[in-house]
Amino acid sequence: MTMEYQTPEHLLYTSDHEWLRREAENSDEVTVGITEFAQEQLGDVVYLELPADGTALSAGEPFGEIESAKTVAELFAPVSGELIGSNGALEDRPELVNESPYDEGWIVRVRIADASELDGLLDADAYRELIPED
Amino acid sequence: MSVQSSPDVLTSLTLRERHVALGSRFAPFAGWEMPLQYDGIVAEHLAVRERVGIFDVSHLARAWVQGPHAAGQLRSVTTFDVTTLPEGKAHYSLYCNEDGGIEDDIFIYHLPEDRWLVIHNAAHADADFERLRLVAGDAASEVTQETVMLAIQGPEAMSLLGRVFGPTIGSLEPRDCAELDWRGASVLFARTGYTGEDGGECIVEAGLAGELWDAFVSGGATPCGLGARDTLRLEAALPLHGNDIDRTTHPYEAGLGFAVSLDDGAAFIGRDALLEAEARPRTRRLAHLAARARGVIRTGYDVREAGGGEVVAQLTSGGHSPSLRLGIGMAYLPVELAKRGTMLEVDVRGRALPVEVVRRPFYRKPRES
Repeated sequence: MTMEYQTPEHLLYTSDHEWLRREAENSDEVTVGITEFAQEQLGDVVYLELPADGTALSAGEPFGEIESAKTVAELFAPVSGELIGSNGALEDRPELVNESPYDEGWIVRVRIADASELDGLLDADAYRELIPED
Repeated sequence: MSVQSSPDVLTSLTLRERHVALGSRFAPFAGWEMPLQYDGIVAEHLAVRERVGIFDVSHLARAWVQGPHAAGQLRSVTTFDVTTLPEGKAHYSLYCNEDGGIEDDIFIYHLPEDRWLVIHNAAHADADFERLRLVAGDAASEVTQETVMLAIQGPEAMSLLGRVFGPTIGSLEPRDCAELDWRGASVLFARTGYTGEDGGECIVEAGLAGELWDAFVSGGATPCGLGARDTLRLEAALPLHGNDIDRTTHPYEAGLGFAVSLDDGAAFIGRDALLEAEARPRTRRLAHLAARARGVIRTGYDVREAGGGEVVAQLTSGGHSPSLRLGIGMAYLPVELAKRGTMLEVDVRGRALPVEVVRRPFYRKPRES
């Protein structure tokens, strides 16, 4: 089955299929989640293991785990910084990651340490190239 | 996220194109290319718990043993005394080895005129059929390729089956089996399954299978893949051969004593070892573990004594229960730890997740009002 995955234009992406949104222009606060393609590959998300607020994240390093009905995957930090919040709604409704990956299913908020790291992320066009054709 | 690589040659299902059209994602399983999921494991699982689902389980091997000696021949290689099984009944049974270990778990259907149908797991199809051929010769014949097997499961399954096959189906009790006329052909039906729900399994000639599948799907059955089949059977605490039982486990420690007959005195492979095993106090028992904190406990994870104690077992099966919304699993525990209420820990990649020994099944059907 071929299908078109949504890849909103206003987001930045990683090759690990995460997305990042800057809260405002020049803001050092960003929101992070996984892409529609990633949630589709994982299947039903049933649990997320996330670190406490205040945890330091390093770009490219795993910081948490996302469990689906059939598998478990690591979450990788798209940028370095401090974790300043996680989506409490996912505790009771982890399926929001499947139903609304770019909105209600966001995963963590991060205060970035070095805004220049954002330049290393992918725009929507570049990310779309990484989605394998089914 | 890795994409599974395809192994060498897989057998395709007769109804493959229908599964593709329904959006199935496939996975290799015991040499077959099987639907893993369609809309998603959780949605399919809940459809079976709340309404009705349909599974293509044609990978299960199907073999006939026929003739006046069939019952005795089956008795000599299986653990359950099928010679007492009335016509029109099906029963769970086992092939054991000389040590009493479980070589495979099977279902045996007794049909009129000395005809017996045996259902084998796909992974052991060849070895199992060879067992039958050794005792029954040409009276044993395999029909896996010529037929399709569909499971219809869920609280609404019997009413759907009644709409498709006619109201006579309603007179069948659990584990009854019968041959039904459908569109000029004979469909073998048994009120059995592997989900903990009501329903049945149908075996139909391959040429008519598409029509029968369509009748069930258009009648409201949700197509379900192996993913949901596994979560459903785990909630029902039904063992999976290769995981929870294998040639090193004996039926009594697995809680499968009901599938072994010793009282009739009949000889069968493994009888001596099983006589001894039955008389001996158990050292371990297949226990049922439910997580008492959020997280998923998976097959193969270590089970420890509480407080970071010694590893006492590995989970033979484990996963997320969509109905209970918690982690559940099974493990062979030393009998002193296998008591209900015992608190243990499962090592979830370095994190200790508390689990409690609970009674089986994990999921129980709500009482009909």
